Amino acid sequence: MTNTAYETIIGLEVHVQLQTNTKLFCRCSTSFGAEPNTQTCPVCIGMPGSLPVMNRQAYALGLKTAVALNCQIPEFTKWDRKQYFYPDLPKGYQISQFDLPMSEHGWLEISDPKGAFETKKIGITRAHLEDDAGKSMHDEAAGRSDSRIDLNRTGTPLLEIVSDPDLRSADEARAYLSELKLLLTYLGVSDCNMQEGSLRVDANINLHIAQGERTAATPIVEVKNMNSFRAVERALRFEANRQFESWQANPVELGSPGGHKTTRGWDDQMQITRIQREKEESSDYRYFPDPDLLPVTATEADVASVRGALGELPAALRVTLAKKYGIDAYDADVLVNQGRPLVAYFEELAAACDDGRRASNWVQQDVLRLLNEMDATIDQFPVTAAALGELLKFIAAGDIDNTRAKDVLQEMIDAQSSAAEAMAKLGIEKVDASDLESLCRELLAANPAVVADLKEGKMKAVGALIGQAKKQNPNVNPAQIKSICIELVKQL
Amino acid sequence: MSLSKADVEKVASLARLKLTDEELSTMTRQLDQVIQYVQQLEELDTSGVQPMAHTADLANVFADDLLRASLPRDAALANAPKRDDECYLVPPVLGD
Ligand SMILES: [Zn+2]
Repeated sequence: MTNTAYETIIGLEVHVQLQTNTKLFCRCSTSFGAEPNTQTCPVCIGMPGSLPVMNRQAYALGLKTAVALNCQIPEFTKWDRKQYFYPDLPKGYQISQFDLPMSEHGWLEISDPKGAFETKKIGITRAHLEDDAGKSMHDEAAGRSDSRIDLNRTGTPLLEIVSDPDLRSADEARAYLSELKLLLTYLGVSDCNMQEGSLRVDANINLHIAQGERTAATPIVEVKNMNSFRAVERALRFEANRQFESWQANPVELGSPGGHKTTRGWDDQMQITRIQREKEESSDYRYFPDPDLLPVTATEADVASVRGALGELPAALRVTLAKKYGIDAYDADVLVNQGRPLVAYFEELAAACDDGRRASNWVQQDVLRLLNEMDATIDQFPVTAAALGELLKFIAAGDIDNTRAKDVLQEMIDAQSSAAEAMAKLGIEKVDASDLESLCRELLAANPAVVADLKEGKMKAVGALIGQAKKQNPNVNPAQIKSICIELVKQL
Repeated sequence: MSLSKADVEKVASLARLKLTDEELSTMTRQLDQVIQYVQQLEELDTSGVQPMAHTADLANVFADDLLRASLPRDAALANAPKRDDECYLVPPVLGD
């Protein structure tokens, strides 16, 4: 261990595939998993003389996202050619945005309900629209044989979302990614499927190390090849440690000889980062305005109408749910993080049983557990919010206790029946109040020791009576048994 | 400004072009002439002129997000110097 303090500086670049039917500049399909090279045309494979035309929906989805990220939307934006040679880039350039991106200077707020870090706003440097490259496939086992190129993905619309270097830990990076993904899901602009490459993350990381009066910065490393949020978290932890150890062994500062930016790839198997090719300087891409594409303009009215149509987004929805249903911020967070369909289910359930807290508990403890067991989403959940609401009303009325109600829910799922039907099937009937009272009197008469304890205020003793009561009649409500017994003892 | 051989070598390498010494000399001379010709523009005072992104005075030209037929695979692969039944084949791609 060492006392040298350092601060980790992280910025993230997220590429997200926008959910359009067709590509950014041609009308080939963007669907994933088709036979190789069956979704291409002269535009997306860069045939001479072909002309790109901007996909209206892709621009609209990009704009919607940018507005939701609190970005400023310039009145004028254009597209540029970013030139480099790679076999999966048939045009010889990517159509991207250089000096006049469609949006910039936004922010996304992140927080940690467990309090690992303070709630903070992470700056969004820019979000711009560009086209994707194809896929190179190389069979490592085959050694020096050729790589195979599939250009189906070439030209798929990507929104590149660049954060400011505002993140200070792997935890914050993870939180930022989760919140961004949630936002994109709420907006319906992307399926964010990391396995299929719809969401890709690159990270820039270095350390600020206190050196007495001044702060030294380690060379920036761009980390690539992280295929899950967990991989991002681990890669960043590893990389911070690696940079610190490297600094201790040989202090090289950013910008000094040997202190230039490098690219490293995350090896998930070995749990380490490895050096990759040297990154070309930005000017080496020789950007220039794409003469084949026309600029796009956005008025304040356009932006206002996009903003007006966003709907309630996660951050605002957490506050609304907590306030409207009287639930904790933590619970609202859990519900909102499950996505809009689950929130809709919860709201319907809360309305049906007229008890937000009860609805929140049942959704979190039972509905989510069952969904997990079924490996299903809320849309596939066999019990409607109205039907579950019915059950929760029986609980509220004291007709059934929570534990029994869980059996009833399972029966409702198994037999696809209503709450009332399931309760009848399980032989659960409401126990008459006078029956309950006579049962309690019998129990007290038979258990003088318990009565003595209760008189001394040892309320836990009542548990023994509840057990006996349930044996005699499984339909009794423990809470009612408890309160009646206590009441009767007081009268003795 | 005049273009150096090193400049041309760098541009050639970015374009993945291999030039002989003779070609490099010729290219350096010719490219330098092109740049000097274009440099005449610097004589103009453009301080009051708005940058222009496009020669056509048009903006916001979009196509609707409607699927159209792609090329048959054989047609798409027809010009490839090397291919198999499904893909273009290229010399092994290293790194990422
Ligand atoms: Zn195409």
